[in-house]
Amino acid sequence: MIRTLLVATALCLSAPALAKTVTVDPGSDAQERLQEALILAEPGDVVQLGAGRFDLVDGLSLDVDHVTIRGAGMDQTVLNFAGQLGAGEGLLVTSDHVVLRDFAIEDSKGDGIKSKGADDIVYYKIRVEWTRGPHAENGAYAIYPVESKNVLVDSCTAIGSSDAGIYVGQSENIIVRNNVAKFNVAGIEIENSIGADVYNNIAVNNTGGILVFDLPNIPKQGGRNVRVFDNIVVDNNTPNFAPEGNIVAQVPTGMGVMVMSHYDVEVFGNRLAENGTGNILIVSYTQEQNDPNYNPKPIGVRIFENDHGRAGYKPAFPGGDQLKAAFGGAIPPIIEDGTGEKILIGDDVPVLSMGLTKPGQPLTEARPALVAGASEPFDGRQLKPVTLPQAMEDAVR
Amino acid sequence: MRLLLSVCAVLGLAFSAGARAPEQVADAVILSDGLPRLLSDYHFFRDASGWQPNERVTPYRLNMPLFSDYAEKYRFLYVPEGEQAKAGGDGLLDLPVGSALIKSFGYEMDGKVRLLETRVLLHRADGWLALPYVWNEAQTEAVLKVAGARIPVTFTDPSGKQRSIDYGVPNKNQCKECHALSGEVTPIGPKARNLTRDGQLAEFARLGLIDREPAVDYRVPLWGEASAPLNDRARGYLDVNCAHCHNINGSASNSGLFLTYEESMPVRIGVNKRPVAAGRGSGTHAFDIAPGDPDGSIMIYRLNSLEPGISMPEVGRTVVHAEGVALLREWIAEMVKKN
Repeated sequence: MIRTLLVATALCLSAPALAKTVTVDPGSDAQERLQEALILAEPGDVVQLGAGRFDLVDGLSLDVDHVTIRGAGMDQTVLNFAGQLGAGEGLLVTSDHVVLRDFAIEDSKGDGIKSKGADDIVYYKIRVEWTRGPHAENGAYAIYPVESKNVLVDSCTAIGSSDAGIYVGQSENIIVRNNVAKFNVAGIEIENSIGADVYNNIAVNNTGGILVFDLPNIPKQGGRNVRVFDNIVVDNNTPNFAPEGNIVAQVPTGMGVMVMSHYDVEVFGNRLAENGTGNILIVSYTQEQNDPNYNPKPIGVRIFENDHGRAGYKPAFPGGDQLKAAFGGAIPPIIEDGTGEKILIGDDVPVLSMGLTKPGQPLTEARPALVAGASEPFDGRQLKPVTLPQAMEDAVR
Repeated sequence: MRLLLSVCAVLGLAFSAGARAPEQVADAVILSDGLPRLLSDYHFFRDASGWQPNERVTPYRLNMPLFSDYAEKYRFLYVPEGEQAKAGGDGLLDLPVGSALIKSFGYEMDGKVRLLETRVLLHRADGWLALPYVWNEAQTEAVLKVAGARIPVTFTDPSGKQRSIDYGVPNKNQCKECHALSGEVTPIGPKARNLTRDGQLAEFARLGLIDREPAVDYRVPLWGEASAPLNDRARGYLDVNCAHCHNINGSASNSGLFLTYEESMPVRIGVNKRPVAAGRGSGTHAFDIAPGDPDGSIMIYRLNSLEPGISMPEVGRTVVHAEGVALLREWIAEMVKKN
């Protein structure tokens, strides 16, 4: 009873007394009506989007805390940006405690939805799609939380991004679960972030399924503590269509899970199959850089309890064909470049090391060889599960 | 209780407005917590058409202005009576609560300038607020447009070329996108280093708008000041046009590309810096600035683009600033090429 009272009091304090629902329907002047509703919303409000197609001519943005934008479903309410004249994304969120749910963003000129410096953000049952399918001129990221603390991306769909479908960058305390990412260059990417659980997702038909990267010359560095588990990462063989210059343009086509220069990553319990280059790749950052604060190596990667199907039958990196021939038609499903530290592999499959000794060394100097994995299966769970504030979990119940 | 308070506030506002001579700037409107519907509510101007600044509304010019689709811009500073801004160093004037910055945008049409919008930046007790007001056809009233607007205009650019564009009035959030520092709205323009022209700072001090004339160490060159060092002109251009987002506390902080006048690390201003989240904005190039190779530099590619998702800045530009691009091309071309 006391507990109930306390909860009730907490609710009163956090939720403003006059919270209201503002409904915006598709139709003429959708841009102005919807943008105005987002600007005039007050903390606690729900902006309810009617079913149908909204034709937007500019980017939209939300900068009010504690607002929910809710549609009639990810196939019922569509925000279409084919006629967009300005802005770098379809929807930009810069406020805290925001819930986005049950609507779609289609064909935005830049990114789909970007939330920057937006703590406690929830994306639930959101679809972001470039409807023409893979194309170099599609926007970079479909769902793009960055520089945020407490991020939940749940039951969303991302299709056609020319970089990553679900990209969480420079953030802390992240859960990405129950999503579908397909026909993106990278299905799901966690980059320069601390503390992420990526689970129960389906990454299929991307160039690379799930990436965990840490890059130099970025304000937030030292990416660490990421768990990738219980995902289905299958048939990621879409030819890389990222514009050159971007780091993902270097992801080899046919990649399942890729870990690059990161601290403490656990990859376990995933179903990995039909990825032409490999199911799992663990490498250093290869490009020239002079960032004194940057660690280019993967350190502390634990791979275990994954279920491996066919892989490595079409290795898309220089010398891949020769290796494939040497291995009799398919290279091992797990590949590491050899530069990492504390790499523990418990999966019962062959592991190929490229035998490099330092980050940035060219593949021409590789000395590929099979390496011994763990002598017997092990449990590599060392990282604690990510927990989010209860209000965020409640928002998706 | 809340209702009562706001009723009191409204009454108070009405009293104070009534008590003051109508021609004075309406301090209570600046300081209120509402969104005034009309530009004329503030009494920043004596005339309905927004040309004659009221008492204590002081026009000023910047050494290097932000490029805004070749619009003519008219800037005014208001500091309430009995208050003073604090000046110190090369940076922003520290404007007291109750101050306002007013900026009108227009184009010359048929021999005279027609105003499209006036943006106000109000320093309220809880921080700065940015609001856009759009002028009517008759040029007699400007009305708040929190959601922004697109206005078709035709004008002649400095090269004599006639252009027709959908001029973009930013919405309230877009105002903040550029004006945000660590998530809070802040002025951008009135930095001492960008106000040194025409003895303005001395004049501000003489009028008592600022507490003293600041000693500026490293001024921004005037736009078109050919005798200024190329590096200063280019860095000044980047500071004014890009650095409000591209700084460590700005809207583009995640890019790691920091274009402030003070930045000294080459990789941070883009030299041999790889993009972070540029997507197709990379234009297939590897570096923001490839020394000696403007055509291979992402910065030039994005400044030359009009495509949303590629073009930079993301807000407030629908034509290419050919003269600005030429300046940066020259600057990058003269950088020593990496071997």
